[in-house]
Amino acid sequence: MEIPSLRISRLPSLALCAVFSFCAQQTVAQEVGDHQYTSEAVETGSRVYTQQCALCHGPQGDLVDGIDLSIGQFRNAQSDSDLVGVISGGAAEGRMPAFNLRAEEMNGIIAFIRAGFDPEGVAVRIGDPARGKALFEGKGECADCHRVRGVGPRTAPDLSNIGAIRTPASLQRNLLDPATALLPINRPVRLVTRNEETIVGRRLNEDTYTVQIIDSQERLRSLKKSDLVSYEISDQPSKQPTDMTSDEVADVVGYLLSLRGIE
Amino acid sequence: MRTTMKIRKYGIAFLLILLATNVSAQVSFERILNAEDEPENWLTYNGGYKSQRYSKLDQITPENVSDLKLQWTLQNQVFGAWQSNPIVADGIMYITERPNSVMAVDAITGRVFWKYRHVPAENALVCCGANNRGVAILDDKVFMGTLDARLVALDRITGSPVWDVEVGDVNQAYSVTMAPLVVKDKVIVGVGGGEFGIRGYVAAYDADTGEEAWKTYTIPGPGEPNHDSWEGDDWEHGGAPVWITGSFDPELNLTYWGVGNPGPDWNAGQRPGDNLYSDSVIALDADSGELKWYFQFTPNDAYDYDSVQVPVLADIVWRGTPSKVMMWANRNGYFYVLDRVTGKFLEGKPYVTVNWSSGLDENGRPIPTPQDEGMPTFPGNQGGTNWYPPSFSPRTGLFYFSAWQDYATIYRAEESEYEPGRAFLGGGFSVLAPAPGAPTIGIGRTNPINNWTNEVGFASLKAMDPQTGEEVWSYDQFDVSDSGMLTTASDLLFTGGREGYFHAVDARSGDSVVERQLGRTDCDGASYL
Ligand code: HEC
Ligand code: HEC
Repeated sequence: MEIPSLRISRLPSLALCAVFSFCAQQTVAQEVGDHQYTSEAVETGSRVYTQQCALCHGPQGDLVDGIDLSIGQFRNAQSDSDLVGVISGGAAEGRMPAFNLRAEEMNGIIAFIRAGFDPEGVAVRIGDPARGKALFEGKGECADCHRVRGVGPRTAPDLSNIGAIRTPASLQRNLLDPATALLPINRPVRLVTRNEETIVGRRLNEDTYTVQIIDSQERLRSLKKSDLVSYEISDQPSKQPTDMTSDEVADVVGYLLSLRGIE
Repeated sequence: MRTTMKIRKYGIAFLLILLATNVSAQVSFERILNAEDEPENWLTYNGGYKSQRYSKLDQITPENVSDLKLQWTLQNQVFGAWQSNPIVADGIMYITERPNSVMAVDAITGRVFWKYRHVPAENALVCCGANNRGVAILDDKVFMGTLDARLVALDRITGSPVWDVEVGDVNQAYSVTMAPLVVKDKVIVGVGGGEFGIRGYVAAYDADTGEEAWKTYTIPGPGEPNHDSWEGDDWEHGGAPVWITGSFDPELNLTYWGVGNPGPDWNAGQRPGDNLYSDSVIALDADSGELKWYFQFTPNDAYDYDSVQVPVLADIVWRGTPSKVMMWANRNGYFYVLDRVTGKFLEGKPYVTVNWSSGLDENGRPIPTPQDEGMPTFPGNQGGTNWYPPSFSPRTGLFYFSAWQDYATIYRAEESEYEPGRAFLGGGFSVLAPAPGAPTIGIGRTNPINNWTNEVGFASLKAMDPQTGEEVWSYDQFDVSDSGMLTTASDLLFTGGREGYFHAVDARSGDSVVERQLGRTDCDGASYL
């Protein structure tokens, strides 16, 4: 049996991703391994940052004079272990408080800082969340495909927590240029089984021998590749670039950023 | 009546003890020399001094391998992957657990006889996880290197320490993660710390006393040959660690060691010169530690291409001539065949996409083609392969290893100042991904969901023909793999991967014979079967 083009070998539409960083502290290093943080770590870090640090350092990380966390501009710190030292020990007689973070939170916050908050450093306009919500549910037609906090269809990604796990730049890109923003795991797939069933959906997970998807009927399906006669992965997103104005896009991004799990 | 019973019992117990001491033979150097001939045991990290990870066992065949059943599981108590390779001697398995514990385990039931815990000094620094890759065994002792750069000898029956010596200065971030290599009456280890500006070395210790017998630096000091491959005082903190167990050729009396990256890792401009013997294989006299030859894979490395692969030795007819060769799939993306008597380059070809170099000259020296700033370099920072132990099957004549395919990195170089015990990296890197902000491969896998996908890199188990330097077949996985290999006399190849599958593959054709989901990922192919 042939599985046609399981691998789409698509070299760069060059995007820099991920995050380099380095961790001297053993507890942290144990988790991450060699010179690199995982995307999960960045996600965790993003959450810790908004909850514990943004108050003083600001959403962009530049509100404390002389320090811009997002571009790695510090007064004293250089290495990751320096950062760990400042965060866990505090500085300036407590003006920078000492935080007692769990290992994975510490790991995450360092990852998030090293990721530059936003891997591309694009300055994104962030508008009014309330207006954004109205656009999301109305003119933008987003709610036709996306589910938020228990309302809406499930075939497109659930966006209830999207503000905590994506940067403003990546949210904006998803609206303006969905093709370049399309994450590999989100590519639409079309499978045909030996029993001649055609399944269309979105991947949730995959390994060498199996693939897990949510199909167009919102069912969770796990399929063995050896039971498939064809398996196609598309390069094209299932939606067009938005035709909203730039003010409207800013508002929708503002709304998406406010989506940080259930209230 | 009662009294007699008691006496009787004692009598039997006593007899058993006598029997036991007679039966459990010592693991002598002679036995390790001929380890291949007792395939029911696994007496060195790589299964024998040639490091072929080939087993003469043939009960498990392509026909019956699917009947294999899980016999026991030993759950690790510490977060993180096992990189430890078990040693098995006469039914007892010695395995280490992070950070630095040793367990003696009944190989039949998986029950633990004893556990020894070494708690590394609090200031121990390791770049890449609290790894330990296992123990070495000799006579009545097992030996473990520690994260705080000590070497500990334990009684292999009781688990109590016999001696415990310093290998390196923990304050300067020296560490030992490799399984030691025992040769004759010596225990040999190398040091880690290539991300912290150490000066690497290999050192040998008397197995009875722990006394240092010799120590050879992997960076030549003033007055030594090749010192001029460094400028100024760069050599003092130029890295070149040794963190994977080497091999030994008893006829030549040479030990072979893969040497790691120069420091700072990514700023090659800051350390002009070839930076010998970083990213090289070195041949050291087993008795004196004297350097006999070296071969450098990546001069003035800017990509963290540690040459810490296992040197795989074989005596084969190479292109018509009986030869003592060494085979090496390097982190830099090239597969090499070397003459291990002299270190001469015989053959070398890329096995994955390589763009940091356009090829090798007739001496095996790479022709550099550095990429423009911001452009991806192939292979990426973790390399085309890494420390994952390969296998060579004398039956098929093929060399097998785990490669990372389609994986690239964008490097950034920066000036950095050396400070003792601090990271000394000279920049950073990011992994090439198909969309901005898309998840990429990490060093380990902590997420049960693969949301980075094979588009940022995937595992390709490759079978290479040393005669041509070419790939004969490959077997791909969806995620990358850090797994070692084991081949058998029944022409099976066993390996694992990050997805948690245990794979049995036909070593001749590359066809999958069976795969089993075992849960967490396993790092080493030398499973106890
Ligand atoms: C109560 C306000 C406040 C909070 C909350 C706070 N910081 Fe700070 N932080 C400061 C101030 C003020 C400084 C500057 C200290 C000084 O004068 O050196 C600072 C300094 C730092 C520095 C050191 C930069 C350097 O030059 O070495 C880092 C890193 C840092 N903060 C990270 C964090 C992180 C991460 C969090 C959340 C876990 C956080 N901060 C939360 C106020 C705060
Ligand atoms: C036709 C259905 C459809 C419509 C309409 C639609 N989307 Fe999507 N959207 C998708 C699908 C399918 C994906 C996943 C594949 C992709 O990224 O293109 C997605 C992805 C996203 C993502 C990225 C999710 C992630 O995990 O990064 C965001 C953010 C998003 N959409 C927001 C919106 C907003 C805001 C609107 C309205 C302006 C909208 N979408 C309209 C179908 C739709």
